[in-house]
Order: sequence, then structure tokens, then C-alpha cells
Amino acid sequence: MSEKHDVSGVPTTGHVWDDDLADFTNQPPKWWMLGLTASALFVVVYWIYYPSVPFASTGGFFKGTGGWTAIKEMEADKGEVDAVRGKFEARLKDMTPAAILADNELSEYVKRSGKVLFGDNCAACHGQNGVGTRDKEGLFAPILNDDDWLYGGKIDNIHETITGGRQGMMVAHKDTLKEAQIVDVAKYVKAMSDEGKDKADADPAVAAGKKVFMESDCTACHGPDAKGMQAMGSPNLTDKIWRFDGSVEGIKRTTTYGVNSGDPQARVAVMPSFKKAGKLSDAEIKKLAVYVYKFGGGQAEVAAAPAVEAAAPVAK
Amino acid sequence: MNKEAEQKEVGTVTGIYQEFETWQVNTGGSTIHAKRMPGFFRTVKNYTQSLWLLFFLVPYLRWNGKQAILFDIANRQFHFFNLTILPQDIWMLSLLLLLLAMALFAVTSVASRVWCGYFCFQTAWTDWYTWIEDKVEGPHHARRKLDAAPWNLEKIQKKVIKHLIWMVIALFTGISFSIWFVDAFDYWNMLVHFQLPLVGWVVLIAFFFGTYILAGLLREQVCMWLCPYARIQGVMTDSQTILPTYDFNRGEPRGKLHRKAEGSAAQGDCIDCYQCVQVCPTGVDIRDGQQLGCITCGLCLDACDSIMDKVGTSRGLIRYASLDELEGKPVKKMYQHPRTLVYLGIILLAFGGIVYGLTHLGSMTLKVVTERQPLFVRMSDGSIQNKYEFKVLNKTDKDLFVTVTAEGGVKDQIILGAEKPLLTHHGRGTSFTIFVKAPGENIKREVTPIEFRIQSVEDPLIAAEYNTKFNGPKP
Repeated sequence: MSEKHDVSGVPTTGHVWDDDLADFTNQPPKWWMLGLTASALFVVVYWIYYPSVPFASTGGFFKGTGGWTAIKEMEADKGEVDAVRGKFEARLKDMTPAAILADNELSEYVKRSGKVLFGDNCAACHGQNGVGTRDKEGLFAPILNDDDWLYGGKIDNIHETITGGRQGMMVAHKDTLKEAQIVDVAKYVKAMSDEGKDKADADPAVAAGKKVFMESDCTACHGPDAKGMQAMGSPNLTDKIWRFDGSVEGIKRTTTYGVNSGDPQARVAVMPSFKKAGKLSDAEIKKLAVYVYKFGGGQAEVAAAPAVEAAAPVAK
Repeated sequence: MNKEAEQKEVGTVTGIYQEFETWQVNTGGSTIHAKRMPGFFRTVKNYTQSLWLLFFLVPYLRWNGKQAILFDIANRQFHFFNLTILPQDIWMLSLLLLLLAMALFAVTSVASRVWCGYFCFQTAWTDWYTWIEDKVEGPHHARRKLDAAPWNLEKIQKKVIKHLIWMVIALFTGISFSIWFVDAFDYWNMLVHFQLPLVGWVVLIAFFFGTYILAGLLREQVCMWLCPYARIQGVMTDSQTILPTYDFNRGEPRGKLHRKAEGSAAQGDCIDCYQCVQVCPTGVDIRDGQQLGCITCGLCLDACDSIMDKVGTSRGLIRYASLDELEGKPVKKMYQHPRTLVYLGIILLAFGGIVYGLTHLGSMTLKVVTERQPLFVRMSDGSIQNKYEFKVLNKTDKDLFVTVTAEGGVKDQIILGAEKPLLTHHGRGTSFTIFVKAPGENIKREVTPIEFRIQSVEDPLIAAEYNTKFNGPKP
């Protein structure tokens, strides 16, 4: 210390390396020292204000005088999000699902939260984006983005389905029909689905099936034209979409053991009520109804679908 | 060490240290009070610097009821007279920055730090600040005396007036910067009612202090120690670059005028009057050669020329010249300077890109996202339906209705969801869902190309296309 460098005259530490190297003992600049002191003070204040010291013995910690917690900060952030959503949510509350659907801005809004709700509550059975899920017996839960609806594809039908749940119902016919009769009727409806019309009069191979269909209890639910009744959830047997296995074997099994009939081999088709379970609020059910409607299969309230299609611009 | 040995050591490591002892390093220990002299380069500088008046005035220019040039950050738009540029076209900004950077490089390689000396805001604001200082406190020698004088009423008065004027300029600088980004009249309205948003206050205060400190207090120290461009530009000059140079062949050996009159042998033209140092805003002595402190503002040329006129010799002892010229090497032509040509090439490319971008802006863009889960849906009548998410960006200044049509795709397909023209909001993206349904028996391939076209109902010229695919099952 206190030796001076022979050229510059600046004090050095007095330690000399390699013949002539020495360290100057210049003071750091004042602004730098002020900055260092201010940082040190900041650390002390920070320590006192925020939670800082854990107590290993009790598992607790010094909570800080400012009362900051991560939960409070999260709640405050959530408040910001809620404020943005608030104006939409307030409108949704008193609107019917149909009115929401008619409102472009709201249905865009619903699309986003609907996606999350659907993923959390519906996709387990109906698949992401409503593509349906399959198990070894075929379709486990219906596809939601086609235009075939067991209980109706109007917005209010969909809303009702989510609210109250659905339970398919078809009695087992193993005691009322002979196996040969069941095979005949299976062939008959399969042919209708494949051809899109009743072929019984032209094709004697399925005429026997038609007789069974008309004379047993089939028409009670599926109707004399086999087009089903949405009020009771009986499917249209003439279209190309099958709720269960659509092969003759599959149809035979469904007819023999029924759906939810209590028979151990019966098909199972149950959708729970999302209102009763308390899982979803009214607003969330409305959002889901609109979301599902917009998958592409939703049916308009008034105009029949073909009329709309005819009016659509047709590509060259 | 004798003279001969010293000469030998130049160019060795020890040589660097010897040079170092003659370096004049300006660390801002004392304020530089430069003399203001009229002259050609002073006039040029006044004109070029006054371009910065545009910075203060242009934001007040109106066009069709809106601010003519506005970088509307809040709405993510850039307005330039009739043109509105959205963030999607921001790639042109990178070309513009490239063009400006290359222009800077090219000019620097030809004529050295032209930007620093004549255009830079640091130079301009410092020049204005010292001009005010000159008006309030008097010429350079008076200012030096005032600085050294003890504090009294007169000194306080002068200093307060000077700093107040500086602060007003700093304040206007902050305001003028802000109103390039916010509507000028709205900004003033918010400002006088003290209703600026927090970010507005922060910007204003930052620019206020920034201007006041950089131009008023730090001055040439910014160029020496803060500005990266100063260093970059310094290394871009070479021996072919013309820059303010002291003609040592003609000037040396320098000596006072009266000695020359006495007829001492071999006296150069430099009369060692120090006028070139006196007028230098960064306080360098140009006679030491090109150095990092020189911003090539040309003020020493004015000073030297006026002296040369007085002593009756020709002008140009200090002049714009290249090192090659001074050393008597052949001076190459501009096209023999490959670096400059490369810069020019890049400038032309960037300029071409911007012109292409501006002429191909389009007023509507379309992007179609095909639904991927599921790729297609089989409907009850056996037809196949695809779902498409349309994202339309309407760049015009009004909402437009568009129709949707398709080219290609599957025979007898129908488009659902666009029965009526659809609304697209101006200045932001609009998305809607479109379904295309095609009879199953007409589908010949798993993937069929389809081109969607949207067209404005109001103005059929506003349209956009997008090529995508129609997915179906294996036929």
C-alpha cells in the first residue's frame, strides 16, 4: 500500500509481479459506489417487504410486511381476464342458445370457451372436435359433426340433450322374434341404408324382412318408413350412419339384445345429465350447445336443410 | 533514447505506447466551448440540420381527416397518407432498415461520417443547444470566463435562462417524438389535461431527460464513448474515402506568421493559429490526422479557409481529401471502389423489395385452415363434408361484405356457411367457418385440390384466393 507508480503517480497496492506489474488502488467512481449502496438498501427492503426467510423447524416462513402472496397475484390477474369476459358473460346469461347462435360476435366468443369445455367434459366419449370414439363393439359415442341426430340437431335439442342427458332404449327381441326373423329384418334395414330406399317390393330377398318389420313392434319406435323418431331417440334406419355396428351381424345383435334393455349382452348408450351432476353451469351448457351445433351438423330452426343447400352458390 | 532509436521502434509494441503519449483523449473533464464561425460548411450544416424541423412539424399534417403519418401502435397500423400498412406487411420495414443502414455505409465509405457531421440528431441538438448558450452567455471566450467565475447573481441568471430554454426544447422533443405514435391533437389534449397513460409519461420523461442530458451536458462525449455508430463508421473509411484532412505536405513545418515574415527557412502554410481547434465541436486537432473524435462536420475547413484568405494564401490547407490523394498515390474512381458498389447493390435490392411490397400490398388477404380432426365427415346421405376456417384480413378502411366461391374440388360440391355475403371488419382479421359438402360417389381421390376465392360485394376488384385441399375417404 501507499507506494506510487513511477510513471502515473497513482498509488499501488505495493505488490509487484513480473518485475514491473502492479495494481492501482483507484477508488471506484462515485456513481458506482452510490449504485452499490442503493442496491444493498434495496435488498434489505425487499427482504422485509416480501416473504423471504423459510423456517426449517416449523415448516413456515417469514411472510413479509407487504402481504404479497402468489395466490393474491393470480386472483388479481384472473380479475383482469374476467373483466374482459364479463361483458360477454353478462349478455349470455339471459339469452337462449338460439339467440346466441344468431349473434355473430357472441358465437365467436363461445367458440373459444366452448372448445375448452368440450375438451374437459365431452371429448372423453365424443372425441376431440366430436369425431366420436370407438371400442371393440364399434362406435362408443355418437359422432357430433355429422347431420344425423338421434334426438334432433336443432340448437334447442342439443341444449336439452346436454342438460338432461340421454339414455337409449330398445327392448331385446330374443324372446319375441325367432332368430331367422331377426336375420331377415336385419337384411331389410341394411338394404334400405345401402340403397337409400325401400327395396322390398322389387327384391324378394328382403321382402320377408319387411313383413317382420311391419308386423312386429319395430314400427312403434322406428316408424313405418323406418326413419326413426327423434322425440324418443329412435334412429333413422334408412340413412348411411349407424349408431352401432351397421353390418348384418351387428344389426342382428342390436335387435336380439336391445339397447340398455337390462340384458347382459345389450348395447349400452348412456349420456349423463350435465346439469344434474352439477358439473356445468347454465351458461356453460349454452356455450356447449352452440359449440356442438357449429361442428357442422347443426340443423337450422326454420328452413329445411335441402332448401338452404339449393340457395348456396354452387361451384363450377 | 536518441531520435534514431525512437524512429526504429515505431511500429513495434513500444511504438504504440509512444504514440499513446501524444493522444489527446477527451474524457469530458472540461466543457468544450467551440467558436462559431460563418462559412460554406456552416451553411450546409444549418440546412441539413434544419431537416429535423420535420420531426417537430410533420405529425401535425392531416390527410383525409386523419394524421398523415402515424405509427399507430395501439391499433397496430402504420398510416402513410392514403396507405395503411398492417403488421403483416412489416417485412418491408426490415428492408427499409437495411436500405438505411446500407445508405449509411455507402456514404461513409465515400465521404466518411457525413451522417455524424451533418444529419445526426446528437450533432443537431447539441449545435442548437450551444447556439442558445452562445446567445445567452456570450461567445466562447466569455463562456469560458463565466464558467470559471465565482457564482453571482448574473451567472445564476444566465445559467437559469439557458437551462430553462434547454428544458423547453427537451420537452418539445419528447412531445414531438410521442406524436408520431399517437394522434397529435389527441396527445396535446391528454397532455394539457394531465391524462396521458403511464407509458406516455414514461416516454415523455425519458425523452426530456435524454435530450437535456445528451445534448446539453454530455455533448461530444456521446459521440466519443456512447455512440456505437461512431465507431462503426470510423472503421468503414479507408484510404480512398474523402474526409476533412489537414494537408501536411503543404502545412508543415507549421509556425507563427511573424516568423514566416522574418523569412525563416522552409516554413509551411500552417500558421499555427489554432482556429481549427477553436471551432471544433468535439475539441480535436484535425492536424493530428483522422481520429475517432472527428465527426467530419467541416467546421475546421471554414475556419482555416477564412484564415488562409486573410494571410493571402490559397484555400484548402484543410480540405475534403483522401489519404491516397495526400500521399500522392493515384486516386481511384468511384467505380473502382468495390465496397461502395456492393453497398449500392444491396441498396438497390432492398429498394426493389420495398417497391414490390408497396405495389403488391393488396387490400385483402385470405388464409384458409382446413379442419384436421376430423379431416372429413360422412353425412347421413352419404356425402362427404369438409370444414374450413377462413381468416380474412381486410386492409381497407371500411367494413366489406364478401362472397365465397371455389374453383376445382369435387363435382357437384356445395358451399355451406356463405349463403349470404359475410362481413369482414376493416383493419383487423375476421374469421368464419365454411363447409364444403360433396356427393360421396363423385370423390375420385383422397385429396382433391380446391381454390377458394373471396370477393367484395361492394368492389369486385377487392378479392383474394387461397389454394387448399378437399379431403375424402379412399374411393
